[in-house]
Amino acid sequence: MAVNIKINGKAIQAEDGKTILQVAKEHNVRIPTLCYHKDLNPTGNCRMCVVDVNGWRISPAACVTPVWEGMEIETDSEKVMKDRKLTLELMLANHPQDCLTCDVAGECELQDLAYEYKAEVPAWGAKGTRYKVDSDPNPFIRVDMNKCILCRRCESACAEIQVRDVWGVAKRGFDEVMVAGAGVPMLEARCESCGQCVAYCPTGALSNKMSYGMARAHQVKKVTTTCSYCGVGCQFDLLVKDNKVIGVHSNSEAPVNGMALCVKGRYGYDFIHHPDRLVRPKVRRYLLEGGGKPVSSDQLSVISDRLSVSSDQLSVTSDQLSVTSGPWDWVEVEWEKALDIVADKFADTRSEFGADTTGFLASAKCLNEENYLINKLARQVMGTNNIDHCARL
Amino acid sequence: MAGLAASFGSGAMSNSMDDVAKQAQAFFIIGSNTTEQHPVFGTMLRQAVRQRGAKLVVADPRKIDITEFATLHLRHRPGTDIALLNGLMYIILEKGWEDKSFIDERTENFDEFKAAVMNYPPDVVSNTTNIPVEKLYEAAEILAVNNPMAVIWAMGITQHIVGVRNVMDLANLQMLLGNMGKPGGGVNPLRGQNNVQGACDMGALPNVYPAYQPVTSPEVIEKFAKAWGVKTKDEGGRVKDELTLSDKVGLTVTEMIPGILDGRIKALYIIGEDPVMSDPDTNHIRKCLSSVDFLVLQEIFPSETAVYADVLLPGASFAEKTGTFTNTERRVQMVRQAIEPPGDSKPDWWILSELAKKLMDRISDRVQKDAPHAGWEYKSTSDIMSEINAVTPSYGGITHARLDAGERLQWPCLNAERPGTPILHTKQFTRGKGKFMPIDHVPPAERPDDEYPMIMNTGRVLYHWHGGTMTRRSEGIMQVYGEALIEVNPDDAERIGLNGKTHVRVTSRRGSIEARAWVTDRVPPGMVYANFHFPEASANELTHASLDPVSKIPSYKITAVKVELV
Repeated sequence: MAVNIKINGKAIQAEDGKTILQVAKEHNVRIPTLCYHKDLNPTGNCRMCVVDVNGWRISPAACVTPVWEGMEIETDSEKVMKDRKLTLELMLANHPQDCLTCDVAGECELQDLAYEYKAEVPAWGAKGTRYKVDSDPNPFIRVDMNKCILCRRCESACAEIQVRDVWGVAKRGFDEVMVAGAGVPMLEARCESCGQCVAYCPTGALSNKMSYGMARAHQVKKVTTTCSYCGVGCQFDLLVKDNKVIGVHSNSEAPVNGMALCVKGRYGYDFIHHPDRLVRPKVRRYLLEGGGKPVSSDQLSVISDRLSVSSDQLSVTSDQLSVTSGPWDWVEVEWEKALDIVADKFADTRSEFGADTTGFLASAKCLNEENYLINKLARQVMGTNNIDHCARL
Repeated sequence: MAGLAASFGSGAMSNSMDDVAKQAQAFFIIGSNTTEQHPVFGTMLRQAVRQRGAKLVVADPRKIDITEFATLHLRHRPGTDIALLNGLMYIILEKGWEDKSFIDERTENFDEFKAAVMNYPPDVVSNTTNIPVEKLYEAAEILAVNNPMAVIWAMGITQHIVGVRNVMDLANLQMLLGNMGKPGGGVNPLRGQNNVQGACDMGALPNVYPAYQPVTSPEVIEKFAKAWGVKTKDEGGRVKDELTLSDKVGLTVTEMIPGILDGRIKALYIIGEDPVMSDPDTNHIRKCLSSVDFLVLQEIFPSETAVYADVLLPGASFAEKTGTFTNTERRVQMVRQAIEPPGDSKPDWWILSELAKKLMDRISDRVQKDAPHAGWEYKSTSDIMSEINAVTPSYGGITHARLDAGERLQWPCLNAERPGTPILHTKQFTRGKGKFMPIDHVPPAERPDDEYPMIMNTGRVLYHWHGGTMTRRSEGIMQVYGEALIEVNPDDAERIGLNGKTHVRVTSRRGSIEARAWVTDRVPPGMVYANFHFPEASANELTHASLDPVSKIPSYKITAVKVELV
């Protein structure tokens, strides 16, 4: 059923049951919001989206007020503009003035609205901080409740998306504060470290600890890609600065997961830059010197063999060990050399013993295109069907 | 996948996560720790239960996290899935809850199947599974009267010697209830690795070319021989075998590595896998890998397997290359390069192309360079995808350009005009009619005895990934979950005197590990649960290589062990 309403003087037919905010958005009328997020049930508690309705004594919150027949709505009357500015000033009165060093400056919804409404920090505002900065030991999520505006998006995201109910509200009045569980560290409140609360937080109250201080929003390049952990296939944005992945942000357009991610997807990215990464092709020394493969290729047993020799000639062999000139030592080589060695060995094995004595294990971590190539390499070039991967494991 | 191929003619998740989570009236999760292994899909299921009251039956010996949301949790004895499923289907038939018109119109072999199920009356099943009769009735009713119902499973079903039979029995259940081919229903095996579906689709399997085209089929061989410029056998009978495409099914991973010891495999090329951590019976794997003539490992880290490698080739991580992954619901999605590979490391497709060119120089006469897809001169993965489009029917219309334009494509997508296929089997099954398979319960390969009186179950945990090569190198993750934990039931903890002590030693017929115990009723009495994320205490030191006879999947989930104080 449709109802007839007016928004800013324009007659509109709206679907019954929709909120003022939804109808306004459908007709490209912007109403500012803070606690509202399209993915979450509206709570109507921040008062940023107040509008004037003709004949109403108070200004209702557009996110929770349904439209009905004959409603005449003003979204930017002088009165509501003033109300919104006052709402923002009340928030700023109780918010640290540290945008210069705040990690989310540039992508903070409170900062954007304060700027838009030219809100001033009231002289009578609270001084100093009330809560410990970085108050939670969770290794991924940085908690600074001084910056919380009590919009409760974290609570809704945890309850409605993650369905874990970690966040809740404690105390009342000026002391009202978001707490994990009954005021315990997040992990003790059964937090799964998915970071949904961070993704939905409109300010710097909840931010990402791993990337803290590493880049401003305008300094990063965002690259939309697909997660490399499990088979769900979540997509997200990698945040890149100076050829380094410094973080992961939700991408609301992701087909499978929307804004949702798990701890591995959102925070398990630092392996990318781990110092253990292999960065040069390496071959065992015996392959360069032309000798045969050491009797046992188990490096541990090779080392222990050498150590047992050293027990007779201790001083000499400890020097020899540090020289690392054994046939089983790694030697870094150029790609050309490494690939020549591999090609020689595989071609020789093929001609001497047959293609079916060679085997290829592809990777469920690699691209489709790469797995296709392994299949082609084994079948077209080598002539064997000995190809498999870890699907069975 | 082999199980579904037998029942339906093709093996893949039939539905999409979105339609399952939004439209199923009931879920049956069996052998999937969904909230820890597929966390984001797990939260979608939690939402369905809490926000729209969907019913959830979980069958799992462990009290995994998702059981908090279960309408009913069946804690059946490990290795009795078939008895449980047949028992539920017995009750469904007894009550007349089966979908008779679906059975008549879309399936065959029902009578033979029904005769097998009739051997599983509730009292017998209750004895085998340790589930009370009334709970069997309760479960059968929830699953049968709430329609559509979606079945969800993972390796808890397949990693048994009867894995394929387990899967076929789940296919039986969904045909019996008419839950195939519609939103909110279906058979939904969750694929573990990010691109295990894609690796299978691309022919990284010993028995099929891309898109599951059999290596034994003369037509398929001719098709690929023409595309790749390899000779075919029918040229006057004078073409030698080594110049043709092989029509012999190759070895699986669980045959190749042990095949080293008897000389069947002499040179092995491994890309991005860590058999020392992820394959069963680590001691045996170490012995095999240290005996191979030549081992190449293409990796991003010096994994546990690198110790045995002759050559290490540095590959690129997902952040360093562009291409596609295919998720568990057959959705092909772009992976995009964000940074340059570190040092001299290279994208894996570049390494393979360069190697192939060098090999072709050395193996002369085999490849005719003028065939349409004989060459290896790829400038990008988009070039490779064009070749995939040409030889892989189900990927025929999936291009980087379409994906970059924002199209959402699930295979089969036969050509550039088609939109892709979110739900399989809507009108008919790939093989025509769905085939009911009579399946009987078989006890596990390894059973507890006096010396090894307990059962060890294995798997992953939320914070870590498989062999741990990546997640053990993630600082925050190690802060939260920094060492192997072995789950021990409080009753067993009391029996072995764990009171005040922290560590246990778990020993099987093949090996022994020591780790910190986590005393928890997540595991039932008589069972411990261990993971394989940490080399110093990997469960695979203990597991055994008994394989499902068809799929060759190891029976990871049931190992007889003894547990002692350290």
